[in-house]
Amino acid sequence: MSFVETMIPPQAPPPAPPKPYTLARFVGSVSLGIWLALGVGIFLTVVNGWDPAKFAKYGPSFLSGLGVTLMLVACSVVLGAILSLPIALGRMSKNKIWSWLAYAYVYFFRGTPLIAQLFLIYYGLGSFRPQLESVGLWWFFREAWNCALFTFTLNTAAYQAEILRGAIESVPRGQREGAAALGLPERIAFYKIILPQAMIVALRPYGNEIILMIKGSAIVAIVTVFDLMGETRRAFSRTFDYQMYVWAAILYLLMVELLRNIWAWLENRLTRHLKR
Amino acid sequence: MSGLFAGFYSILTWIGSIVDPFCGPVGVFRWLASGTLLACGDAGWGDEIAYGFVVTASLAIATLPVGLLIGFFVALGKQSEERTVRLASNIYTTIFRGLPELLTLFIVYYGLQILVQQLLASFGYDGPVEINAFFAGMIALGVVFSAYCSEVLLSAFKAIPHGQYEAGAALGLHRGRTMRLIILPQLVRIALPGLGNLWMALLKDTALVSVVGLPDILRQTGIAARVTKQAFEFFGMACILFLVLAMVSSIVFSNLERWTKRAEMGR
Repeated sequence: MSFVETMIPPQAPPPAPPKPYTLARFVGSVSLGIWLALGVGIFLTVVNGWDPAKFAKYGPSFLSGLGVTLMLVACSVVLGAILSLPIALGRMSKNKIWSWLAYAYVYFFRGTPLIAQLFLIYYGLGSFRPQLESVGLWWFFREAWNCALFTFTLNTAAYQAEILRGAIESVPRGQREGAAALGLPERIAFYKIILPQAMIVALRPYGNEIILMIKGSAIVAIVTVFDLMGETRRAFSRTFDYQMYVWAAILYLLMVELLRNIWAWLENRLTRHLKR
Repeated sequence: MSGLFAGFYSILTWIGSIVDPFCGPVGVFRWLASGTLLACGDAGWGDEIAYGFVVTASLAIATLPVGLLIGFFVALGKQSEERTVRLASNIYTTIFRGLPELLTLFIVYYGLQILVQQLLASFGYDGPVEINAFFAGMIALGVVFSAYCSEVLLSAFKAIPHGQYEAGAALGLHRGRTMRLIILPQLVRIALPGLGNLWMALLKDTALVSVVGLPDILRQTGIAARVTKQAFEFFGMACILFLVLAMVSSIVFSNLERWTKRAEMGR
């Protein structure tokens, strides 16, 4: 009869088999290498072409352009949110005329390019100058900035109305019935029960809409508003320095990524109670 | 041989002029707008705008396969087991979804111009270089489209259960054949609504290429507006034409969706 007298000392695990060099690894190294080379290349051109005089001259104008872009987006998103309420209500209304009108509005603004809408208002309303002067609105539409703000507000209102409608309709029917069963008036039920739940659904699309507006706002440069893109084009046309576009690209990317991260954090925070 | 091609081309243009919905024998402009600013021929702007319509539509159609192909491979890269591939594809989407389309267009347009110029200068050619706006637009819009497309395809890939791949392997199919015969048909079905939205966005983005001089709808109507001083009418016309494009493509997409779901019908 035999029994174990000594324990086998713990052994190291067998060595991991060597990873085969697959096609995916090759592709990964090559594509990452391309990005790295691009990044280093851009960095080197920026360092080599660094000109303090240029920076002193165009740096402040880039900042003011950034301010114009942010201002335009913030104003149009807020005004559009206000305007989107009646449109969304019209879209959901049982009245055929209202719902058809709201649908036509939304279809027009979502079906045509923002740049065509901007041209329609900026150049097109110029041909109605006498009429506009007689109503006393010409001072508003004379400025390119006002036209851009007006167009963007109308455009984002159409998109936001669709977001709002989708979010409100996504709230289950039972919630409304529950509120009715509790004897809550319709208005209070809407503000205290339907809207908060709808807003959580709408949060992500709203963030995407703001990002779309930031990106879309670049086109105002074409109608002589000096936003970030406009300042970039002006600087490029004076210096023929390709770096200007690189700077603008970095600023736009920063803006969008910052907003995206803030939005992700916000969504995480606001949906804490829904996590399991 | 070249005579054959020329004959073929002239027959094609003849057929095109017959079925032309704007200025053909049964065209809208020919019948409804003769005598106005939109008349065809030298009297009005109808044929110019019709040409712009064709350019816009062909730019969007030419961009679609480029964007779909790149987007497909980027989506594959995003679910790769290799970390470097994932990282590289994520950088790609982050950059091209974050940049404004107009800026991407300018970067591609001027960047290509500078690049080609330097390349030619190294060969000893110092003339001015002009990049084709259509080509630059195709690349810029294709890159942007592919970045969004990869996200749509990625979520579609995630919706396909893993058992489908295993079933392909169990049948002894090679990886490529599994992809082509089993995964792709399901992928198209799931991704089609998202791709439809992207197509609409692409159609609208083509208007931006008019800024670098492509004679599309917006540029042609803009020229007409500047010459005739009737900006509202012409830009309104441009909007209507874009709406027509949007309506036609929504009809096409709803038919496509029905077609891809034909196996699920009647259940």
